[in-house]
Amino acid sequence: MTFIRTHRTVATVAAFVLVYVIIKTFSILPLAEGKPLINGYYLQLIALIGINIVMTVSLGMVNGFTGQFSIGHAGFMAVGAYTSAMITTVWLHVSVANPWVGYPVFILAILVGGLMAAGAGYLVGAPSLRLKGDYLAIVTLCANELIRTVIRVTEVLNGPRGLGGIPKFTNLEVIFVFTIVSVVLMRNYVFSSHGRSMKAIRDSEIAAEAMGINTTRQKVFVFAFSAFFAGVSGGVFAHLLQYIHPDNFSFVKSLEYLIYLYVGGSESISGAIIGPAIFTLLPELMRGLKDWRMVIYPLILILTMIFRTEGIMGLKEFSFILIPQRKRKEANT
Amino acid sequence: MGEFLQQLINGIQIGSIYALIALGYTMVYGILRLINFAHADIFMVGAYMGFFLGPVMTKIFGSAFLPTIIAAMLVCGLLGFVMEKLAYRPLRYKSRLSALITALGVSMFLENFCSMPRVFSPAFLKFPDLIVARNIPIPGNLGLNVSNVLLLDVSVSVILMVLLFWFVNKTLIGKQMRAVSFDKATASLMGINIDVVISTAFIVGPALAGAGGILYGTTYGMLASPFLGTWPGIKAFIAAVLGGIGNIPGAVLGAYIMGISEAFATSVNSNLGYGIAFAILIGILLVRPSGLLGKFMPEKV
Repeated sequence: MTFIRTHRTVATVAAFVLVYVIIKTFSILPLAEGKPLINGYYLQLIALIGINIVMTVSLGMVNGFTGQFSIGHAGFMAVGAYTSAMITTVWLHVSVANPWVGYPVFILAILVGGLMAAGAGYLVGAPSLRLKGDYLAIVTLCANELIRTVIRVTEVLNGPRGLGGIPKFTNLEVIFVFTIVSVVLMRNYVFSSHGRSMKAIRDSEIAAEAMGINTTRQKVFVFAFSAFFAGVSGGVFAHLLQYIHPDNFSFVKSLEYLIYLYVGGSESISGAIIGPAIFTLLPELMRGLKDWRMVIYPLILILTMIFRTEGIMGLKEFSFILIPQRKRKEANT
Repeated sequence: MGEFLQQLINGIQIGSIYALIALGYTMVYGILRLINFAHADIFMVGAYMGFFLGPVMTKIFGSAFLPTIIAAMLVCGLLGFVMEKLAYRPLRYKSRLSALITALGVSMFLENFCSMPRVFSPAFLKFPDLIVARNIPIPGNLGLNVSNVLLLDVSVSVILMVLLFWFVNKTLIGKQMRAVSFDKATASLMGINIDVVISTAFIVGPALAGAGGILYGTTYGMLASPFLGTWPGIKAFIAAVLGGIGNIPGAVLGAYIMGISEAFATSVNSNLGYGIAFAILIGILLVRPSGLLGKFMPEKV
């Protein structure tokens, strides 16, 4: 137990691996009349949850921990999705049939997609992060829609017809590795000294500047860092659905992530994990309600916000996420 | 030349509708600092009111347009009032962002509730002819296409805007509204009833959006689905930001800039027309970070 308590990265990974093992077991064991309990439909849903978790945690880096208000996250997802899909599908023609070539190319493609998204994030963030509050929100929203317009008018990207025939590289293992690595990286960043300067900027930008933090550099870096993960999620998303369309990445999608984030609790990584998990599952669990489903869903959202304004997790973290105060042996000697 | 004037006229027509929506955004923002995403859906409800009430009004009053627009304004004003009471008031003194998420929730609720078969139905509907569309002959051979619908759109929105300016600048409640948007805490110390002022903003703004909905229906002659408010709504919101959000003349100016630039860009490429608004806004915000007519507030330590 001491090991787990002091090595929280290991604990975070272990928690996710445990979830993976449970899901994998139920997707193999023939429990429901000779068929596994978790069928392809649920696996697809779980994959979407993984993508939504990474998108939400990365949005939380900007919105929750740095206190900047970005509502154009889906635009960066589009950049990553289109870049990686172009690499695997149009330029290199890799397929699932040959996994030894396919997977390295796929991994490289989603990383390149992430880097392109980070570049786009830098281009959007560098001039606009000097705007305050709601004006920054508008600029990010506009950047999202501009990216979408550029995709729509670019003939190479198949314009408004959307890009299809993408090989399905994303499976349960890919989703879990991707979610674990992304969440752990972002979690370690938030709890590093950079993370503390992010929180200082959130609490008071002027005070942070007076303490010697280069606020502009920190903000732009966090913005690009979070755009990178959005781009990688976009790549994974494209190789899950096998067809992407510019309208998949409109500002409506960005608002969805904003909802997940604030319902979960914006200043908590656990909140950014639990928010998308619950609110992606919720509409599916309510399938039985038919037409009423999407009427009750927003009502649940409104009631959650009214009765638990700070989000489901508030400022709390799951114990496997949080780093405890380490004992200072040097202090005693 | 004829082409240029025609696009200018089209732009003014779209701009008038955007202006009516943008005013509601800017009023609510000025007072509560809240981006009311549900405003676009109130606009949608206004347009559907035209569909449902238009034939009824024709039967009762003979002519349909004026009674329908007034009825739609009343319904939307009531809806705005109820919305603020139920959804936003419990969150007023809590985090601003939770109110924003609630606004998103209200927007989703209105869209999906209205899509239900027994309510408005998700189907494509033909908007009733509230007035008979006629082309107005223009002297000279520029080939201009001007209809009475266009004149109606522009005149109705200008009349409503003038009424709003009078309301905000000359009446007591208007003066209170300006005081509250300037400084809420001090205004309440001066004996202004904040609740009444906020409720008024949530009645007047949605009423204007309702009128905009009727004009939208009359202009385009169809209602695609209860999700139709999203794009005009977001365009109008951007127009409000462009002019300096919280500033009423700014919203009108922004809406006309938005409408005209969109009309010109659409004549080049329909996809471009859609994106041009966003490009213009980014350009303007980078030069003037608080919008065209907005006041720049330096940050104090």
